[in-house]
Amino acid sequence: MIDKVKGTFPDSIREVKTFRDETTLVVEKEKMAEVFAFLQKDPDLSFDYLTDLCGADYKPRKPRFEVVYHLCSTKYDRRLRVKVPVEEGESLTSVESIWKAANWYEREAYDMLGISFENHPDLRRILTSDGFEGHPLRKDFPVKGKDFEKPFVPEL
Amino acid sequence: MAETRYMTVNMGPQHPATHGVMRLLLELDGEVVVKATPHVGHLHRGVEKLSETMTYHQVIPLTDRLDYTNGIGNNLGYVLTVEKLLGIEVPKRAQYIRVALAELQRLAAHLIWLGTHALDIGAWTMLLYTFRERESILRIIEEVSGGRLTPTYFRIGGLVKDIPEGFEEKVRAFLDDFPGRINEYETLLTKNVIWMRRTKGVGVLTAEDAINHGASGPTLRGSGVMWDVRKRFPYSSYDEFDFEIPIGQAGDVYDRYTVRLEEMRQSARIIRQVVDGLPDGLIMADDPRVVLPPKDDVGRNIDALVRQFKIVSEGFEPPEGEVFMSIEAPKGELGFYIVSNGSNHPYRIKIRTPSFINLSVLPKMIEGGMIADIIATIGSIDIVMGEIDR
Repeated sequence: MIDKVKGTFPDSIREVKTFRDETTLVVEKEKMAEVFAFLQKDPDLSFDYLTDLCGADYKPRKPRFEVVYHLCSTKYDRRLRVKVPVEEGESLTSVESIWKAANWYEREAYDMLGISFENHPDLRRILTSDGFEGHPLRKDFPVKGKDFEKPFVPEL
Repeated sequence: MAETRYMTVNMGPQHPATHGVMRLLLELDGEVVVKATPHVGHLHRGVEKLSETMTYHQVIPLTDRLDYTNGIGNNLGYVLTVEKLLGIEVPKRAQYIRVALAELQRLAAHLIWLGTHALDIGAWTMLLYTFRERESILRIIEEVSGGRLTPTYFRIGGLVKDIPEGFEEKVRAFLDDFPGRINEYETLLTKNVIWMRRTKGVGVLTAEDAINHGASGPTLRGSGVMWDVRKRFPYSSYDEFDFEIPIGQAGDVYDRYTVRLEEMRQSARIIRQVVDGLPDGLIMADDPRVVLPPKDDVGRNIDALVRQFKIVSEGFEPPEGEVFMSIEAPKGELGFYIVSNGSNHPYRIKIRTPSFINLSVLPKMIEGGMIADIIATIGSIDIVMGEIDR
């Protein structure tokens, strides 16, 4: 399975890791749209289900963020994790056109970590309140919040 | 010719039929929904951020509060993920007890769904019926774990304590009664003309759309997709029990209703098999890194005392790596993604909650339909805001 992906995109797969029987592909962000479209369309892979999508902050590592895609094939009962590293300020290509499920997940990654996705139909905050500043899941965001002493009152 | 303007109506966040604080922004052409936009996040508590500051054991009570109708199931999903990260095997007895309780909790969750869903559509009686049975289940769960809604009963490596004496008899007594109760529910609804008119052909979701939108659980199976994590990626010995996965055909509100009713019968079947075949043995894995020493030893033996103190105050340090593990929760696929950097607290936890993604499919189901059908459709996807907003 992995060989087929590697054979098709020899330059874009940066790394293949296996831990606890889970396979992880690390993909370059330049080619990510093609790789994901291939993973979904190819009849031998057929990853038709996007189980989860999330970001993770690895400050001070460069590139700082990783966006993690958990794919699943309902045809072959297989799972695959794909990670795309991205630097702060850069953006990734949205996979919303491949899996509609990505719509809210990408909004969440944007809200929580400030990673933006190109071609997303409706990229705005989802879990935090209107007018919220900062991205809570970044490692430099304090756990108790930035304005713990003065409670947040949205402007009306 | 007059210009057409749509009316914008705000439904929620405080609305009895949105099952929590959810706001729906509706654009209406008369009574027809042109566009629906759900707004969520009113209950955001930062569970994932909080988890990053805690030891692995301390996260368990937080998971109780995700989908608060499914405390046991959330505990199960989390501890299984950490166990996978550590690479430890849980004794058979603990696995079986976990299955029994998870299925009891599924029944309780489905009973809440049935009662409130029917109530939304106007069938008041149902709520009284289902809460009667739910009470018997919660009594059993309380007796086992000490909590009704927030059990925190599972531990990494097994269970906090063994089941109390008489557990099997109580569960059997409940199971003798329960299938008859489901028949009672069916006499009230399944062939009820009002119920059928309100639910058949309403909120339709096709199989392709359901998969592409990431729907899971009864919302996916109602659309005719045979997909259940318990069968596809068995965990906690689910492969040792006989049960069927019911699916629907039309993908409408009615099919999601029949799927869940049949699921309750199947869960009862699983619980029966667990109590009949419950093996003897340990309830905790034999792994001194994670498992607290027996209480008797702590009082007598200095090594055990030190170990107890270290595990409680510092926790344990799993190997570096990342794992994803999911279970079939009552509402769909509940997954945990944990990244460990080798320290005593998780580096990153992402919780894939079924309601979050099932709710994102809602506009697809209700756009083009009538306002009254929104209520029926929200009820049929069975959302809990606690796990959407986290």
